[in-house]
Amino acid sequence: MNDPRAKRLLKAWETPKGWRYWSAVNNSEVGLWYTLTAFAFFLFGGVLALIMRVQLALPDNHWLTPDQYNQIFTMHGSVMMFLFAVPILEAISIMLLPEMLGSRDLPFPRLSAYGYWCFLIGGVFVCASLFFGVGPRGGWFMYPPMTTEYQEGIGPDIWLLGLSFIEIASIAAAVELIVGVLKCRPPGMRLNLIPLYAWYILVVAVMILFAFPPLIAGDLLMELERAMDWPFFDVERGGDPMLWQHLFWIFGHPEVYIVFLPSIALVAMIIPTFARTPMAGYGWIVLAAVGTGFLSFGLWVHHMFTTGLPGISIGIFSAASQAVAIPTGVQIFCFIATLLVGRVQRKVCLKFVLAGLATFIIGGLTGVMVAIAPFDYQAHDTYFIVGHLHYVLIGGTIFPIVAGFYYYYPFVTGKRLSERLGNIAFWLMLIGFNVAFFPMHLAGLTGMPRRVHTFPGGMGFELPNLISSIGAFGLGAGFVVLLWDVFRPKGNHPYVPRNVWNAGTLEWSGQVPDHPWGIRSIPIIETRYPLWEQENLMAEIDAGQFYLADAEEGRRETLVTSAVDAELIQCLRVPGPSFLPFWAAVFTGGVFIFSTYHWWMLAGCCSVLSFATIVTWMWTGTAEIPEKETKPVGLGQSLPLYVSGPAAVGWWAMFITMLGDMTAFISLVFGYFFYWTVHEDFPPAHWNGEPVVGAGSLWPLVSVGLGAVAWFAVVMARRWNHNDFILGFYASSSLAVAAALASGVALVWGPYSNGMDPTVHVYSSTTGVLVLWSFVHLILGATMLLYCMARRLFGKMDAEHDADIVNVTLAWHFLLLTVAITGSVLALFPWVA
Amino acid sequence: MSERVNRQAVPLHEHERLRPMRMRLWWIAISPTVWAIHFLASYITAAIWCEKMMAGNLRPLQFSVAIYTAIALPAIGWVGWASYRNFRRGDPPVPYDFDDPTDRTHFLGFTAFLLSVLSVVATLFTALVFVLIGSCD
Repeated sequence: MNDPRAKRLLKAWETPKGWRYWSAVNNSEVGLWYTLTAFAFFLFGGVLALIMRVQLALPDNHWLTPDQYNQIFTMHGSVMMFLFAVPILEAISIMLLPEMLGSRDLPFPRLSAYGYWCFLIGGVFVCASLFFGVGPRGGWFMYPPMTTEYQEGIGPDIWLLGLSFIEIASIAAAVELIVGVLKCRPPGMRLNLIPLYAWYILVVAVMILFAFPPLIAGDLLMELERAMDWPFFDVERGGDPMLWQHLFWIFGHPEVYIVFLPSIALVAMIIPTFARTPMAGYGWIVLAAVGTGFLSFGLWVHHMFTTGLPGISIGIFSAASQAVAIPTGVQIFCFIATLLVGRVQRKVCLKFVLAGLATFIIGGLTGVMVAIAPFDYQAHDTYFIVGHLHYVLIGGTIFPIVAGFYYYYPFVTGKRLSERLGNIAFWLMLIGFNVAFFPMHLAGLTGMPRRVHTFPGGMGFELPNLISSIGAFGLGAGFVVLLWDVFRPKGNHPYVPRNVWNAGTLEWSGQVPDHPWGIRSIPIIETRYPLWEQENLMAEIDAGQFYLADAEEGRRETLVTSAVDAELIQCLRVPGPSFLPFWAAVFTGGVFIFSTYHWWMLAGCCSVLSFATIVTWMWTGTAEIPEKETKPVGLGQSLPLYVSGPAAVGWWAMFITMLGDMTAFISLVFGYFFYWTVHEDFPPAHWNGEPVVGAGSLWPLVSVGLGAVAWFAVVMARRWNHNDFILGFYASSSLAVAAALASGVALVWGPYSNGMDPTVHVYSSTTGVLVLWSFVHLILGATMLLYCMARRLFGKMDAEHDADIVNVTLAWHFLLLTVAITGSVLALFPWVA
Repeated sequence: MSERVNRQAVPLHEHERLRPMRMRLWWIAISPTVWAIHFLASYITAAIWCEKMMAGNLRPLQFSVAIYTAIALPAIGWVGWASYRNFRRGDPPVPYDFDDPTDRTHFLGFTAFLLSVLSVVATLFTALVFVLIGSCD
């Protein structure tokens, strides 16, 4: 540490001290908070499970009221899926990914921090509802009409708004992780060399991008029905609860793989280390990850086999459900092959991996059983399904994550977890789990339904339920042992040696105890397991012989490389500690939380404050014009400090965000056409004696025309800015703002002038929601342009440094598509139908 | 160290210009995307046919899916064949784990080939449903 370069680097990456610690945005701090918070929610969900098992231990038990039981099983499912399974994968990835990729940080650290605070606030809000007896009671899937007509209180609103808020955080993390994997790799790490973990995370993040927006769209529809009486799911006014089921399961089935693949990614890191050999069949595993990612979107209807869909539709989804077993099996064979060719070390960590694989295979096989529709008709809504899904989730997700805790604990703390305690925890968990969940299959086959608060005696349910309850406490005891081991003070334990497991991947290159800079210098990577296969790599990294060994200007910097071949593109300056993401999350949370209680004034204030905070954050922290164009990054290489367009990380983030946004929009459009398929006559002229009107044809088309004008003006504004024709830039931007607003007004004017009432019939409400969506997007598009004009006015954007307007133009391509689809569907489809 | 510096010093745009389409990341996503389109088209056609048209007669529906399949399979097959040639060229040893452009090309070709095989199987699975099930109900 006598190297002055190292001192400067350390100063730049120093973790803030005292109360300012909470302003940290670095991946190691945010990742750790994220992990601990998700783990805390997991324990909460686990306690809820034990409460349910106490209730179900004996027949005719009245320890819990039906209402309490409903709240508890709903929260157990929601917490485990939304507050544990998805966030923990994001948490672990935020913590590990930069280190695996030899990167200093992810490209948007403040976005990670914002996502974390959103998650914490939303999660506490949702969980707290249980303590006031107002928790949601409709199951983790919230099926209407139960949740729209038959449940009093704000439980469903808490679920819808609280979890939508967290879903936004998940999408933020997905953006961060995709750009991280594709653009922040060390030079030389081509696509054939990236750690398998990164491949899995890339696939999962893309899946999040396409899976979560349909649920957000569904949440929007249900909240509009609950708050404004727009009848999307009300059959009496032409709605259909099946739309919710489609939207929910288009999210819900990929979700299963979204939580499974990252855990398998951990397995793919752990197995080579303990088998002491590279993973067999790297290409096959990439096949499995990508193939599963795709196929998992073709499975959603297998949750809806008993809803009366045409047999042929059921057949298609049954076939796809069988097909997904192929890639899933391929990766398991690769793991087994690696273990066979390697020299396996018996560690607790590996035991959890093996237990996970075995358990998952059992769950997978029962999954193939229920994917066969005739069997599913029998097993649907019985405890067989509860047994199946817990085998899949605990085997496929929880056990690998526990293995990950053992494996990465030294990476985070520099200390080790105890093998002795680990063995106790392992056997308690493995035996407890099987004793708890295997009898559920039998109870289910005997005919016990799920989601019942108690059951009568004399029907053969007593014994399996009692055994399950005993097993559940064994499983719980295993987690208590793990918890004790993780949190007991280890002040007097020695630090582990560097690279304690003798692993081959880059995250183990850190010193013990580690420094906050991520990596001393960013190496050139030439192999898949650089610590095994590249001689002297650690010594050269330590000596600062590679890239960015210094921080001359005291700024936090990392390298941006190209997506396929990881060739150097840019030296990216990443922002340091700030409370802005925290406040942005607090205010965004306020919007959602106050809306739940219909306190519109406070929600309005919060949205203004949230907007102001986010604009301040962007204004001060993004697309900063550097004091010099290029800087030397080491090894005789000089790189630009400012890049715009497709080479820049910001452009990718915008592109990815807009893809997610488009997916949500397409889900709404899907709703429109869904109602057309279920109605004989759509749009109807009259309903219950009242006329049903929509947007008409003229004004939606006018809106499309104005939207096209706005889009064209945006493209010209970008060009004129680039040519330094300042007057043209301002004129064209102003025209675009005016045209965007006019387009929005035209869109609203159509239904308004027709006297459309969205509460009359689902045709009007579907029209209403498309208009609302596009209108809000046009306002956003106009705001973005005003922001660019202000940037240019204050000298924060110029002809060369034009990332702001380039990214806004990219967003506008998507906006044009949104407006064009909305306008043409509303104007033209009624004629076709 | 000097060798590394030289290799890294090749300007980015030089590579970008020389790189054929087949070396792009999205090449590996084409076959599964074709499966997805075929799957959605079959599902949507079946859903509309069974809701809106004569549910008793499935011939036109089966004919449509046959056409979709006749388009999808050759498309996937072509990607698979091109990828196969890509990864067999020069016949380097698996597992393609070195830092040079040929290994990367072989890897992408190999993965795209495997994904094409999976996509063919999955597409046939979908098409078979229309052969085996003769009614909407």
